[in-house]
Amino acid sequence: MSILVFIQQENGKINRLSLEAITGAQQLGAKLNQPVTACVFDENSANELKSYKLDKIVCINDSQLVEYNPITFANVMEQIISNENSTLIIAGHTYEARDWIPRLSARLDLPFVSDCTGFKTDPNFVVIRSIYQGKISSDVSIENNNGFISFQSGSFRADEIQVGSCEVIQVSVDLSQSTDLVRPGEKFQEATGAVDLSRAKIIVSVGRGIGKEENLPIAEELAKSLNAEIGASRPVVDYGWLPHERQVGSSGQTVIPKMYLALGISGAVQHQVGMKGSDCIVAINKDPNAPIFEIADYGIVEDLFEIVPKLTEKLNAR
Amino acid sequence: MKIVVLVKQVFDKDSNINVSGDGVLTNREDLTLSTNESDAYALEEALQIKEKNGGEVIVVSVGNDSVLTVIKDGLAKGADRGLHVKIDNEESLDALDLAKLIHASIKDENIDMVLSGLQSDDKGNGQTGILLAELMNLSHASLVMGTEIQDDNSIRVKRELEGGWFQWTDLSLPTSLTIQSGINKPRYSSLRGIMMMKKKPIDVKSAEDLGFTALQKSKVMKMYIPEKTKETVYIEGSVNEIVDQLMDKFANEIKIF
Ligand SMILES: Cc1cc2nc3c(=O)[nH]c(=O)nc-3n(C[C@H](O)[C@H](O)[C@H](O)COP(=O)(O)OP(=O)(O)OC[C@H]3O[C@@H](n4cnc5c(N)ncnc54)[C@H](O)[C@@H]3O)c2cc1C
Repeated sequence: MSILVFIQQENGKINRLSLEAITGAQQLGAKLNQPVTACVFDENSANELKSYKLDKIVCINDSQLVEYNPITFANVMEQIISNENSTLIIAGHTYEARDWIPRLSARLDLPFVSDCTGFKTDPNFVVIRSIYQGKISSDVSIENNNGFISFQSGSFRADEIQVGSCEVIQVSVDLSQSTDLVRPGEKFQEATGAVDLSRAKIIVSVGRGIGKEENLPIAEELAKSLNAEIGASRPVVDYGWLPHERQVGSSGQTVIPKMYLALGISGAVQHQVGMKGSDCIVAINKDPNAPIFEIADYGIVEDLFEIVPKLTEKLNAR
Repeated sequence: MKIVVLVKQVFDKDSNINVSGDGVLTNREDLTLSTNESDAYALEEALQIKEKNGGEVIVVSVGNDSVLTVIKDGLAKGADRGLHVKIDNEESLDALDLAKLIHASIKDENIDMVLSGLQSDDKGNGQTGILLAELMNLSHASLVMGTEIQDDNSIRVKRELEGGWFQWTDLSLPTSLTIQSGINKPRYSSLRGIMMMKKKPIDVKSAEDLGFTALQKSKVMKMYIPEKTKETVYIEGSVNEIVDQLMDKFANEIKIF
């Protein structure tokens, strides 16, 4: 039995979520009394791992693993898991992890508990997941403690990694079985507009609670009276009510204003990662259980259509 | 193109979901149900692919009789037929169980594509379409934000990456795509569509008929309201009082004036 932590890297740098996953794996290894092996596809990253408290570092250096491909990654990890006799495989919940792990979960008939926020070991080992858009938490058990776990951003702290020393073991794998079912091409960014929300001092951000496009001026007028930029949650952009450059979150911009005023935003984790670094978060939401109130400094449980116009009026009269 | 679209019925996002101390949903009856958001985009994408390339769209949903609503909605929007995979305790299945059940229900169809939303608004496992790809030996792409059929054997997709990046990826057909919200503008069903829906067939396959047993290799042991980690100061009172207090916080605590 052993824990395997998968290390994702980009251009020789370890992904932040992988560093957090190491902390998680170390804590879990200590509680369950199991050794922790790290697995990485890059020499530089492997060297970086040497100074952490790990039982083993397995490095697979192969030109076919430089660019991400779900089929190749799954094939390699299948071999590593078998060689290492790994029972719990841990990764950060990145776009890559959520893409290749399910393939291996189905192939090995082992469960994948995705997007977890932590674990408990008393009395039994369970992982913690938030469900129903963050409104409910759940404890999930894994049969025979044998399966895959991915941890969401912020579940553990990268600066709490225990240091130590560990040698790198180079391993070669058989990639001859790899097919070209999936052929990843070039990466690109869409033309970005002039809006750089990351520098904004104040952001008034609108969520689905705004109801319809015709209601947007209510928020825009508030923004004007506060000299603020307008931001948005994903659905508002998906509906085409505001351009993508206004989107805050994991697939949009990361912002750190002095004040982030969230109007009708529930506070899903993908939104939170883009704004929780704000100095002050003020949330107006009519649902007292909305997850946004877990990170808000000031909360107003009211209908935004009651509060916002009055607030704009007071601000303008100032 | 023969396209299967997986559609899930979930509690509406605005539902006030609550659990009791022993971890069961307490107010199930009061909650409104709707089609999972990203599944609605998957359905629209399937319909657009069919309109461009010809073929057939089959809407598949797993659950009790209540899921007939989302199947019928898909048929009214233009899907050709429905498949209801009947099981009473859908909620107790883990992602792997669910994918195996769906696999059993569609494996005899000669499918070119499986389209599904990238994750559900309730459990949010985000795995079904990819698990199914492995079980059915299909290529796959997740977080899909655009599709372009190349020829009979391949499709090009635009995948969303983190932080505003995208990537083109070519896939061999048959394939399974998990669709990200915002890929298209989902249509409303027309009156004519609703009339036509009534004539479209809905197959029913029960979990028992399919010889399915859930293994529940991962299992929800307990549900509870999340603990708050931050002290939120709630501003309360009449609308005027709230606004006055907020103005005071702006000026004296957040200091934005
Ligand atoms: C891979 C991936 C990437 C994603 N990337 C992002 C991202 O970058 N950014 C992002 O924002 N999301 C992202 N999402 C989506 C995210 O999961 C949520 O679905 C989204 O953030 C929800 O937006 P919302 O809060 O506006 O809507 P909802 O969750 O529907 O919340 C609306 C809120 O408005 C409240 N409300 C309704 N009416 C009123 C009223 N009159 N007054 C006051 N309050 C009201 C409701 O109580 C509710 O809490 C991503 C999802 C995935 C799977």
